[in-house]
Amino acid sequence: MDDLIKAALEGDRRSLAKTLSALENRTTNLEHILGLMGEPKPKPDHWQSLAITGAPGVGKSCLLDGLLTVWAESGLRVALLAVDPSSPRTGGALLGDRVRMTVVDHPTLKENVYLRSIATRKASGSVPLIVADMTEFLLALGWDRILIETVGAGQAEVRCAAIADRILVVEGPARGDGVQAEKAGLLELADAVIVNKCDLPGAERHADELRESYGLGLGTPPPVMLTSALHGTGIKPAADMLLGLEASGRSERARWRERLLAHHERLILESPKLDEMLKRLAAGSMTLDDVIESIGAEKNE
Amino acid sequence: MKAPPHPEKGCVDREAFRPHLMDEPLRVVVAKPGLDGHDRGAKVVARALRDAGHEVIYTGLRRSAQQIVETVRDEDARFLGLSSLSGAHSHLFPKVCELLRVEGLTDVIVFGGGIIPEDDREALYQCKIRAIFGPGTPTSEILEFIQTSNAMDDAGVGQSSDWHWA
Repeated sequence: MDDLIKAALEGDRRSLAKTLSALENRTTNLEHILGLMGEPKPKPDHWQSLAITGAPGVGKSCLLDGLLTVWAESGLRVALLAVDPSSPRTGGALLGDRVRMTVVDHPTLKENVYLRSIATRKASGSVPLIVADMTEFLLALGWDRILIETVGAGQAEVRCAAIADRILVVEGPARGDGVQAEKAGLLELADAVIVNKCDLPGAERHADELRESYGLGLGTPPPVMLTSALHGTGIKPAADMLLGLEASGRSERARWRERLLAHHERLILESPKLDEMLKRLAAGSMTLDDVIESIGAEKNE
Repeated sequence: MKAPPHPEKGCVDREAFRPHLMDEPLRVVVAKPGLDGHDRGAKVVARALRDAGHEVIYTGLRRSAQQIVETVRDEDARFLGLSSLSGAHSHLFPKVCELLRVEGLTDVIVFGGGIIPEDDREALYQCKIRAIFGPGTPTSEILEFIQTSNAMDDAGVGQSSDWHWA
């Protein structure tokens, strides 16, 4: 295992991929890996991880392909962790984000891009929390920016706020009337919004409604931009805007709330006692409160 | 292990092949090398593997050997399924296997499918492709192959065994 991590540090892609699997399968942990990697690099003043989220079919993967191409051309080394859902019934998954990615096949740019498909497995939200550790590992290896593409998410899916420095929400045209833009949820946490498929009617209007809605709130509104990933329209300006994106700062409390919830969930799911406690719960010899208390105590041991 | 029939439908119960609950899912790349655009078979196989609890990475159409090998490397896949219906299998499949070995991906298990005439198969087995599945193969047979070869420790494309699924 340690040889693998060292080879990954020297730039071997296969060792990188295998180490990510080991993290995902919990056969190693981030602390151990970072311990082998020497002094941590100082945090830069720009963001390092960006979550890309939005409803299924708005064009997240296509848009990402465009953005990755622009960034890779400028010499940035960017890794994309693309999450697709696992079947709750069988645990299997069909990971199809590669189908739309052309940049990973580009003869010169591919060296600057790493794409990894990830299934949600047991996670409850649109992003498994182990992705946070994978992100740290990739940053420690020297990748400049990490993008996290979530499962196509609904209005209330804000878990990605727990693991990324910034959130980009991708919307499509004609996504309901003006009231949709006023509804609470994901859009409130966005640091930037891109309305994709702007070649179709209704995109401009939707962008206007979003801007108007943000204008009614407090603080600096997030940038709202139009792109057409299919035709390449607006990709370059969007890529430039995103690189320097500042945190909106409108929802720090909400983000920390997500991080706290995510952390708590992870403590439970990764507890070695989990199986036993589930058995005891089912047998009625323990209550939910007992379990929470016991897992809290375990952390202090 | 033969697939038990599904109690209601009289067809194969894919759940019988699901990995043990404590096991991590296997990662399988399903790829379409070359220029043919027929991916119904690849999708059926991908779906069967998904339903058996595995994580399937589908490449999409018209990939070069190099692209497929890089996908297997970056996704850390244990299995690679190649589908071809264009007649170019005798050129493309060995090329993929050779590149896998060059890249050091020797423990990846490769299987093929599509329209592969009987006369062409021996040469492909020689390249350490461990199974060829033609039209009409029950998906349970593919799952059985996955299970059997995964349990072997020398069935990779760069490993010693001369075994293949028959």
